[in-house]
Amino acid sequence: MTEPTSAAAPPRRAAEIAQLEQSVEDLYEHAPCGYLSTLPDGTVIRANATFLAMTGYRADELVAVRRFQDLLTAGGRIYHETHYAPLLRMQGTVREIAVDIVCAGGRRLPALVNSVLKRDAAGEPLLVRTTVFDATDRREYERELLRARTRAEESEARARVLAQTLQASLIPPAPPEIPGVDVGAVYRPAGRGDEVGGDFYDVFQLAGGEWAVLLGDVQGKGPRAATVTALARYTVRAAAIQSPQPSSVMGLLNAALLRQGADRFCTMVYGRVAARADGPVRVRLACGGHALPLLVDRRGQVRTVGAPGDLLGVIEGASWEDAAVELVPGDALVLYTDGISEGRRDGEFYGDGRVRALLARHCADGAQVMATALVDEVVAFQHGLPRDDMAVVVLKAPAG
Amino acid sequence: MQDVLRRNNVRVFGDPTGRPMVFAHGFGCDQHMWRAITPAFEGYRIVLFDHVGHGGSDRTAYSRAAYDTLHGYADAVLEIAEALDLRNAVFVGHSVSGMIGVLAAIAEPDRFTDLILVSPSPRYVDDDGYRGGFARAEIDELLDALDSNYLGWSSAMAPVIMGRPDRPELAEELTNSFCRTDPEIAKDFARVTFLSDNRGDLAKVASRTLVLQCAEDAIAPQEVGRYVAAQIPDSEFVLLDAVGHCPNLSAPEQTIAAMQDFLATS
Repeated sequence: MTEPTSAAAPPRRAAEIAQLEQSVEDLYEHAPCGYLSTLPDGTVIRANATFLAMTGYRADELVAVRRFQDLLTAGGRIYHETHYAPLLRMQGTVREIAVDIVCAGGRRLPALVNSVLKRDAAGEPLLVRTTVFDATDRREYERELLRARTRAEESEARARVLAQTLQASLIPPAPPEIPGVDVGAVYRPAGRGDEVGGDFYDVFQLAGGEWAVLLGDVQGKGPRAATVTALARYTVRAAAIQSPQPSSVMGLLNAALLRQGADRFCTMVYGRVAARADGPVRVRLACGGHALPLLVDRRGQVRTVGAPGDLLGVIEGASWEDAAVELVPGDALVLYTDGISEGRRDGEFYGDGRVRALLARHCADGAQVMATALVDEVVAFQHGLPRDDMAVVVLKAPAG
Repeated sequence: MQDVLRRNNVRVFGDPTGRPMVFAHGFGCDQHMWRAITPAFEGYRIVLFDHVGHGGSDRTAYSRAAYDTLHGYADAVLEIAEALDLRNAVFVGHSVSGMIGVLAAIAEPDRFTDLILVSPSPRYVDDDGYRGGFARAEIDELLDALDSNYLGWSSAMAPVIMGRPDRPELAEELTNSFCRTDPEIAKDFARVTFLSDNRGDLAKVASRTLVLQCAEDAIAPQEVGRYVAAQIPDSEFVLLDAVGHCPNLSAPEQTIAAMQDFLATS
């Protein structure tokens, strides 16, 4: 042991300091923590003055008559027996265990304890030394942290429910159906679905046996994107009745977005579907800033249909082109958002090539199977946690 | 089968042709708590495992619904027994695993024909005329204690052992077992354990049973151990001169001797 030095102290105090610091008795009795020695079964054999002052016990109330675990609350005692004691036996030491010590008079002292097990020459447990720190303030702070965590978990759960409810209102409540057409649709939120995404789709009936199909993507995520999504959906519903031309519907939505001063743009594919029992399914469509739909035929040949048009909600005087496509039995028209083609893994996109290859493999499947397979593969590509939300709608002319 | 063995971190050693002997750890520990006992039974085919959520088990296999009663844990034990095709085995269960063994042996008596219950309790909470040792409020206190030790239950204990390069297995034991116990699952297990009531099951046990009781046990008092032995038809009661809840750690020689005596008469 090195001699304590008091060279830094004024000479008058030096002798006094040296005397105190050389007193092992004082170092033990008045250490700035409680100090307990016990037999391996917990029986107290010695306690320092600090521990007695902390707990209000007299030495004769503890030594040889109480065990360390007897000084704990019932919950702490169970913890001691099931965790603390086995751990001490197995590793010879335990640190930073939180317990409440029941003091003289019943007051509870939140404490942090460390213990070491001393063994005899044969390796048999001989005694346990335990230091006890008053952790009253720390424990209150930890409780505060636990309460804060509980509150945070509750808020998170509420926010998730809110996001999912809002999201559910932006896509049709039931899988869409069009008489004479096999329809498949999937929406998959980003990540764990904690946030409202910007993708949307809709299928609804028009006059004269025709149906409207739309699929789009509002820039960004969250509640502000959701308000634009809602605006887009009801505007298209109104515009579809007013105007038979898909390009005009695009124009009306563009004007509505600009009028609203929406700070987000939007991409969309909009189509008008006519199915007759005796002929092909006819689709007239327009495309605004969106990936062109893919036509997958019964042999697995894949090609784009329609013509590129301008983004929606950016400039007045933007333009869109109408196109028409006929689906013969076995043909599928696939609409999808960029969450599919731009699904990313380690900087690599899922990409159009994979989209086409997958659809070709599934060309003989039903519309819902095709849509689900595409989304599942993109999710798997991103290790199960997609960064962006994705929507897919498949219209298929039933084969035969 | 491999899935079950991986799920519960099952380890099999000893004599492959010997009688199977399954050791099940209790609340708060994992299979390492048997390390002072198993060397005495190397003539048996020894099976060690961790309950899901503990030690080296696959935590992702945990679901609150599957493990919301001790029956869920007993089912897991029976799945292990099936995977290893165990018959006429000895089941050694510490603490709550005693009751898990009781439930497993009632469900499939041929699998576990001998039960060794170390510090068992069929009910921890006091009840009309029955003294389990705890009031309900005290169990809530335990759950609080677990919450308070959330921080200490991480990897904070690992560095302690690093000063023992001569005993590297200690460090492995530490980081691989206690520190990996999932705190949320531990809390569920505490709730399931300390609020369970299996008094009604004891009379249904057909297996030969040994109850090992410590003289002073704060978790399972003597009268509880005697109650278990009195209720199980074909049972023996042995009182160990030991203090605490884990005689397998604090009094391994006595524990081994009592187990050997019991098994010698089977």
